[in-house]
Amino acid sequence: MNRVVITGQGTINAIGGSVSETQEAMREGRCGIGPLDIRDVDRLAIKIGGQVLGYDPEAHFNRQQIALYDRFTQFTLIAAKEAITQSGLSFTGELAAQSGVVLGTAGGGMQTSDENYRSVYEDGKNRVHPFVVPKLMNNAACSHVCMNYNLKGPSFTVATACASSNHAMGQAFHMIRGGAAKVIITGGSESMLCFGGVKAWEGLRVMSRDACRPFSANRNGMVQGEGAAIFVFEDYDHARARGADILAEVIGFAMTSDAADIVMPSKQGASRAIAGAVRDAGVALEDVGYINAHGTGTAANDKTECAAVADVFGAHADKLMMSSTKSMHGHVIGGTGAIELLACTMALRDGVIAPTIGYEEPDPECALDVVPNVARDAKVDVVLSNAFAFGGLNAVLALRRH
Amino acid sequence: MSVKDRVTRIIADQAMMETAEVTPDKTLEDLGIDSLGLVESIFAIEEEFDIQVPFNANNPEESDFDISSVAAIVAAVESLVDQQSA
Repeated sequence: MNRVVITGQGTINAIGGSVSETQEAMREGRCGIGPLDIRDVDRLAIKIGGQVLGYDPEAHFNRQQIALYDRFTQFTLIAAKEAITQSGLSFTGELAAQSGVVLGTAGGGMQTSDENYRSVYEDGKNRVHPFVVPKLMNNAACSHVCMNYNLKGPSFTVATACASSNHAMGQAFHMIRGGAAKVIITGGSESMLCFGGVKAWEGLRVMSRDACRPFSANRNGMVQGEGAAIFVFEDYDHARARGADILAEVIGFAMTSDAADIVMPSKQGASRAIAGAVRDAGVALEDVGYINAHGTGTAANDKTECAAVADVFGAHADKLMMSSTKSMHGHVIGGTGAIELLACTMALRDGVIAPTIGYEEPDPECALDVVPNVARDAKVDVVLSNAFAFGGLNAVLALRRH
Repeated sequence: MSVKDRVTRIIADQAMMETAEVTPDKTLEDLGIDSLGLVESIFAIEEEFDIQVPFNANNPEESDFDISSVAAIVAAVESLVDQQSA
């Protein structure tokens, strides 16, 4: 089996327009959640989010591109450019044929759907722009990355709600490990902060009106974010042969299905995914120093996740660190696992553990070291990144310091 | 129909039971209504009475809306209808 390494990373999200800005915000525990600046916000009960504020599409794309790229595609392309530039790769000939794109998104071009439903239902228009379908389709971002960088190998989009990008990155890992590809551009993107997107989440009554406080006893729900993070996963021998700068090694992945409830998480399903990732990585439980939690800030997730980690790790659960960066960038739904993987590469490469901010009161049901409020310096060798989706679909990645 | 009858019908629909089985002393658990069923019932109550129900599914016990029994829910809805039509 081939070893798989990360040789590039890029992002745009509520706490940064690049990896360096985002990781600096994570080190400083900066919160990117604030009042939403979207149309008809006065008709929403939930008026906060982790929005990419001050975003100017024209700074990145020309008029024709803007007409064709939904906001989630724009975020993807911005993040992909940073990641691929960092990797130093260019895709021609045989390498192009052996390289692909696997991305996660839950809602795809939801801004496009929202705008055009408005146009035909609210404004009563009978004609829509010809690019509505190619803009809103979930695989649009994936295809534009392929087209922009000449990536001609296995490419597709994965939709598993809040675990989409972890499932995508897991597939990327498997394809390189199994020899189906040399390089996969992977990660995820989401842009659901539009009236319809937020209104839909409001209906479930799991959203906080003031802040995302994972693991804190006074938490009162999740806060939506938006953005993208993209990584270059590369065959280790290929990366080494060209002298690439290796950011981290991907060593394990596991996915499970709860087969239980469409919204409530399951401790067994989460435990099996966590234990499976450690087993797949071929490391000991004691080697895991940090877990980037799913940590949504809902009562149901946080209790279940802590119980699952305690079950899997036993006594070692009290020694490892686990934080949720959703407290800073919000829950980026289908893109969230990718943005959170940046906290994992920061932990491995820089020895800095991102904090769980907004933490105010200990919860006896979440009695793990959640790195409250302030980042911590710590050398860790192996880290995990958890994602547990609505629908009971779980995906956990394991990374090692290189 | 009284508020009590209308709320009982909504809960009975959710529980897939006859309204006669949904007696005031019953809890949602007795009726087999889980958290998602509860959120759906609250939505139906809001639509039926055109009211806003203060309810956060993360911490139902801390919401200003008592869901401990059918009688408690009826009383809470009656109070909201009075307040919000006043």
